[in-house]
This record gives sequence, C-alpha cells and structure tokens, in this order.
Amino acid sequence: MENIKFDLQTTSVREINKFLHHEIAEGTVPRIIIEHPDGAHNIAAGLNVNCEVEIRGHVGYYAAGMNQHASVLIAGNAGTGVAENMMNGRVHVRGFASNSAGASAHGGLLIVDGDAGLRCGISLKGGDIVVGGSVGSFSAFMAQAGRMVICGNAGDALGDSLYEAVVYVKGHIKSLGADARIEDMTADDHQALESLLNQAGVSYSMHRPSDFKRIASARNLYHWNADANQEY
Amino acid sequence: MNESHNSDKRISKEESWGYDRSTLDYIQRAAAHGLYEIRGLGAKRKVPHFDDLVFLGASMSRYPLEGYREKCATKTILGTRFASRPVELEIPITVAGMSFGALSANVKEALGRAATEVGTSTTTGDGGMTSEERNSSKVLVYQCLPSRYGFNPDDLRRADAIEVVIGQGAKPGGGGMLLGQKVNPRVAQMRTLPAGVDQRSASRHPDWTGPDDLIIKIHELREITDWEKPIYVKVGATRTFHDVKLAIHAGADVIVVDGMQGGTAATQTCFIEHVGIPTLAALRQAVDALEDMNMKGTVQLIISGGIRTGADVAKALAMGADAVSIGQGVLMALGCNSESWIDSGGQHISAAQDYLKIGTEAGYCHHCHTGQCPVGIATQDELLEQRLRPKIGAKRLKNYLNTLNMELTTIARACGKNNVHHLEREDLVALTIEAAAMANIPLAGTEWIPGNGMK
Repeated sequence: MENIKFDLQTTSVREINKFLHHEIAEGTVPRIIIEHPDGAHNIAAGLNVNCEVEIRGHVGYYAAGMNQHASVLIAGNAGTGVAENMMNGRVHVRGFASNSAGASAHGGLLIVDGDAGLRCGISLKGGDIVVGGSVGSFSAFMAQAGRMVICGNAGDALGDSLYEAVVYVKGHIKSLGADARIEDMTADDHQALESLLNQAGVSYSMHRPSDFKRIASARNLYHWNADANQEY
Repeated sequence: MNESHNSDKRISKEESWGYDRSTLDYIQRAAAHGLYEIRGLGAKRKVPHFDDLVFLGASMSRYPLEGYREKCATKTILGTRFASRPVELEIPITVAGMSFGALSANVKEALGRAATEVGTSTTTGDGGMTSEERNSSKVLVYQCLPSRYGFNPDDLRRADAIEVVIGQGAKPGGGGMLLGQKVNPRVAQMRTLPAGVDQRSASRHPDWTGPDDLIIKIHELREITDWEKPIYVKVGATRTFHDVKLAIHAGADVIVVDGMQGGTAATQTCFIEHVGIPTLAALRQAVDALEDMNMKGTVQLIISGGIRTGADVAKALAMGADAVSIGQGVLMALGCNSESWIDSGGQHISAAQDYLKIGTEAGYCHHCHTGQCPVGIATQDELLEQRLRPKIGAKRLKNYLNTLNMELTTIARACGKNNVHHLEREDLVALTIEAAAMANIPLAGTEWIPGNGMK
C-alpha cells in the first residue's frame, strides 16, 4: 500500500481529519504519514477505519482520541488525553505522554515508551495501557475495567477508588489510593502481563512478569456504607 | 372548632421554629443511622421563582393579538454559532437530560415518542444512549459527562447535538449517584460496572481541568463529528455570570443553566437544598453574561430547574432564555407522584400500598433513589417498570407539552407578540422585592429595582 503524506505546515488538522474520516476506501489499509505536527491538538481524532498513521513529531491534546480501528504511532511526545476514550486499535507514543493518557479508554492498547503524567488511565473502561517509564499521581483513578502495566514507578494515590481494572507495577509505588491494595500475582496475571508486554513490542521483552506487583480493588467502596443500617 | 384551634395555640404545645418537627425528625434519623439522607427530585424549600413575576398584558399603550386566531410562532433554533447542522425545534420546551438507569427504558422511549410528536428534543444522561431512546427521539442530545459511562464515537455521530455536562442544579460540584438496587445487569453493562454496586460517578471530567482545556475538548468533539453538531455546555447554577462567560469563551454553541430547583434521581438532601442558587437569579446572570460578551442571539441559552407551567416558560423567554428544559414536570406528566398507574387497558390501578411500602404517599414521594417507584418510572425493576407503558406515557407527556405551549402562546399574544421569542423583560414586573432584585425587574407599580446599577 502506498504512503499518503500530509504536512501540517501546509495542511490544517481539519483537512487531515476529514480525509481520515471520509476518504479512506473500505478494504484498504493505507499508511498515512503526518509531518510537522508541532504540538497541534486533536490530530487523528475519531478514526473509524483500519489504517496506519505515523505522526512524525510532538502532538498536542487528544491525539488519536476515541480511536476505533486505527494503529497510530506518535514519534514524539504527546499532550493531555492521548488516545482518550479509545474503543479499539493501537496507539503508540515513542516519547512521553502528558496527563490523562488513555483516559476512559473502552478498548485497544495504548503504549507509552517514556513516562506518563498525572491521571494516566483515569476512568479506564476496558482498554489496556503499557507504560515503559513511570506514571504520575492519581493514575488508574476510578478505573473500571482493563489493565495497566507500569514498568517504572507510580506516584501518589495509585488506583484510587478502583473498580474491576487491574494495575501491574514493576517499580516503586509512592502511595496507594483509597480501596486499592496489593494482591498476590496469579498464573493468570503472569500470562496477561506476558501477553501485554509482547504486544507492546520487542523493547519490552526485557521485563519479567515475576518482577511486577498486582494492584486491584479491595471492593470496600462498592457499597456506600455496608455497615450502616440503611433505611431508604 | 374554635376550641381545638385555640388548644393548638397553647404555649405548652408551642412548636419551635428552629427545631420544628421536620428538624427533630432529621436529627433523630441522623442519630439512629449515622448517615446522611439521600433522595430524588429537587429543592423543596420556597425560593424566589417565576411565580413572583407577572406580565403586563397589552392595553392602551400596546396592541394585543387575537388569542385564538392569529399566529404566534414558537419555532426555536439552537446551535447557530459553529455547527453546520443546528437543532430546529417546533417549540422552545425541551426534555432535560435524565439517565437510563435512573429511569427505565420504557420511560426513555415514552419521552422520545412524545418529544418527536411535538417537535422537540430529549437528552440522554449518565447511563449512555439506549436504542429505545435513539429510535424514538427524532432530535436527541447526547451528554458527555465526567463519568463517560458508555461514551463512544458511534453514539456521538448518531446524536443530533452534544452536551458537555459540567454540573447540574440539584448538585453543582457533585457527580452522579445510582444506588446498587438500580444497577441491574443491563445498566451495569452500559456503565462497565459490576451489577448491584453503588455507582458514584466522578464530579470532574477525566481529560480536562479548566476552561482553557475545555476549548480544546470541544474542538476535539467537533473534529470527531466533522463540525456538524451543536455543542451545548451545561452548568449547575452557582457563579453563573462567570461560568456562562467561560463557557462562551470555551466555544459553546448553546449554554444550559440549571437552577437549584432542578431535579436529580439521587443526591444528599443537604446538597439539594443548600448548594446552588435559584433558577430566577441564575437566568438573569446568564443573560447578563451573554449581553456582556455581545453574544445574545449567537449563543443560545436554555434554562432549567423548576419550570412547570406555560407561564414559567413565557417568563423565562421574556427574561432572555431561548428555550427551557424540563425534567421533573415531564416525569410528573408521566405519573410521578400520582395516586395510580395505568394498565394496558387504560384502567387506573391504585399505587397507595406501594407508596406505603417505601414510607411515603403520593404527593410527597421523592424516593427515586430506591428504585421502587410505585408508578414504574424511576425503576429498573422488571415488574414495576411495566407500570409505565411507552404509548400511554407518550400520550400524557404530549398533552402536557402541548398545554405548556398553548399557555405560552396565549401569554405572548396577550403581550402583542406574534413570536414567543419576542417576549421581553419590559413585559414583566415583580411581586416581591427579592424577585425584583434577582431578576433585575421592577417591583410592580413602581420603577424600583433593588440594587439597580450594582452588579
């Protein structure tokens, strides 16, 4: 398949997104290269077809937001909310990601090779996130479903008010949030981790699942006040 | 009779104002359970409201229209600022956002059917978009909430408008709440939660934190939907003047302001009654903000929170709203707080026993949070939800909306307007000093506006 090239110095985000939403023929998997993103916001947001997008540089907010089918490679750093609310597909950030990376993602895989900022994986709803570096405070806040792999360290209040999502951390955890606890790794966890690290790429093969801790919900917040005699 | 009246007045039985029976009950309950009260609906206390305003009908100095013959337009267009497909409504009365979860799927279908028949919109809620509602509602507003439950790009594209919810009048600063008894398997699946858990959703959006971020978030939603759909921003009424200005700055097409009388399906009573400002005061501040930024007519304003009658709608429009939104009144039209529910044969069946079971009676019920709605509206119970049949509910709601619209046009014609949007502040006077000050409208029979000239 031929490459389709766009240059954000001469083409607007609107024109590129319009092309990505409407001009890709069914049954083809074209490779789209976007040059000179220079921190522009909302690049490749709302991709609803199977295609490969390579962004050569740093992107602003919500890059690849709500992705449904595409595979997006960001060869640079990403601003707030990269791959937010992703449904499916794959988004790979070669550099660092800012706050709320992968927020409320329902599916798909987000890979951040560098560090991710605050609230990484907040409200996660079934998506998977693999971070090669460390994550900031309040990561996996209220995460409902899905898995998060942190190969570095985690900041304060990791997994606060977790539901059914599971977090794996290799490094140091500064503090756990309310209702989050460290649990024993099971054989299933080893398998899941191995598979996620594999999917994240060859550079992740250096990590061994046995070096990770499992963080999940103690489920004490599932009911408003279980001890009280609730009379509604 | 006189005697018993006098005996009530004996000082040995004098009721305290500060510690009346309701306050005593509150303290005793708190002492017994160690928990705050959670309930549904909106503020119950009396606050300055549209009832405190009256219209100056046409007379010598103004010319009325014939009430029954002459046309009075009610068409309402929302989202003219940036959207390529603005929302066109036949009437300026819309159905407020209420979630599937809080309400049954039958109710959502009834709302959609009625709204479609009268030419207005319905709005999703914290539970995402159901097929029942999308299929029945011609104009459907899709909410983007802090929780993002079930939020997805396909539903975004099949919506007619998008509403970014910052807050709601019943609980500005609070997130959603759905107690476990209403989280049945379908609700749980739509919200990605285990069935039966108490769902307390986030009060802050996960991927933006202030008005400058919101500019980019709105931009993203426009990019994903190719700039077709109007984007509303909904705020609970607190610092409304500044909030509306910031929402305009963030790029909203339409601002929705929800006053403290606005309803909820479950929130702490202390929150409902003590956080937020009355709809009347919020509306004035919102209109001031639009005028201050020279955006009146470019950005449309929807007001909600305790709108019940056609007169309320007329007063809201005269004060500067483009449309109103109704939640509680809509549910009451379906039968909320009614003595009975209606079976498939059209028979009224008493619900008295079921009200008793949850410790209340028709007329006082605010037990939406229990999921045991005696009339089958605020429930996910398989048996109870059968008490509200979409067809019957839709007919009642259509009647209610048509009544409001007839009342609205009656008042507009009496004020000499052939378009309800021509109603103006000058058509109104206030009956109380409080309402005059909040609404910036003169006290009836005077030219006095308390605090005029001061913001």
